Amino acid sequence: MAQENKHLEVVLDTQVESVNLAEEMCLRVAEAAGFDEEMCYRIGMSVREGVINAFHYGNQERPDKKIHLALDITHEKLVIHVMDEGKGFKLKDVPDPLAEENILSTSGRGIFLMRAFMDEFDVVAGRTGGAEIIMSKWLPGAVNAPTNGASGADGEKDSGKAH
Amino acid sequence: MALHATYRDVGQVTVIDFGGKITLGDGSALLRKTVRQLLDDNRNKILINLADVDYIDSSGIGELVHAYTSVQNRGGELKLLHLTKKVRDLLQITKLYTVFDVHTDESAAVRSFR
Repeated sequence: MAQENKHLEVVLDTQVESVNLAEEMCLRVAEAAGFDEEMCYRIGMSVREGVINAFHYGNQERPDKKIHLALDITHEKLVIHVMDEGKGFKLKDVPDPLAEENILSTSGRGIFLMRAFMDEFDVVAGRTGGAEIIMSKWLPGAVNAPTNGASGADGEKDSGKAH
Repeated sequence: MALHATYRDVGQVTVIDFGGKITLGDGSALLRKTVRQLLDDNRNKILINLADVDYIDSSGIGELVHAYTSVQNRGGELKLLHLTKKVRDLLQITKLYTVFDVHTDESAAVRSFR
């Protein structure tokens, strides 16, 4: 019998504490979904980076704006949405943190880490007008999971992967 | 766990022992404050011991890079000691592992300073 899809959605204030809260919440969901310790770490880190991105770059740390976090567990993957109320951005405009000229930059590695740690990653225009990060991880033992090493951080595997 | 820091002098080198998480907020701020204090005190040979740091995010990575460039700009050296697996992996995938001088033995690390 197929597992029932589950959906969880929270609205977070634009403050530093929301980063830890979002990570903790997603870690619990990931553990309950059966991910092992290493995968939970990668999922938690990705959520942290997504919310930091929304907090700092999207909402410009403005307390009147909100961060929208949603989790979907289907029978085959955990899908995470992080949406801000900023102006949005395009992935192609994000500098490559591995480029020689950026290697000593003090910021700009969050998107790279999310891409490295998750199996699928994209940024779209959110319904709020801001950016919506959508990232997913295949559940352990998912029947339709790609066989080319979709475990994150171990190699090139999707078109969204940082160079 | 919140980040905590203590430092000690080993010859000409100041070793900072960090414990906890270096993440957005207080952790990153403490790292910046500690290094700035040492530089203000003209201590610019700094060895950061990360043995008890098992979690670092992009903000913490950025703060380590900031510390590294700040010390270099003051004519000093900043090196890393005892990386945990998670921190080492992060520095490797961000290609910073080869930027930092990373050591696994404190005595050897201290001797490596000019």
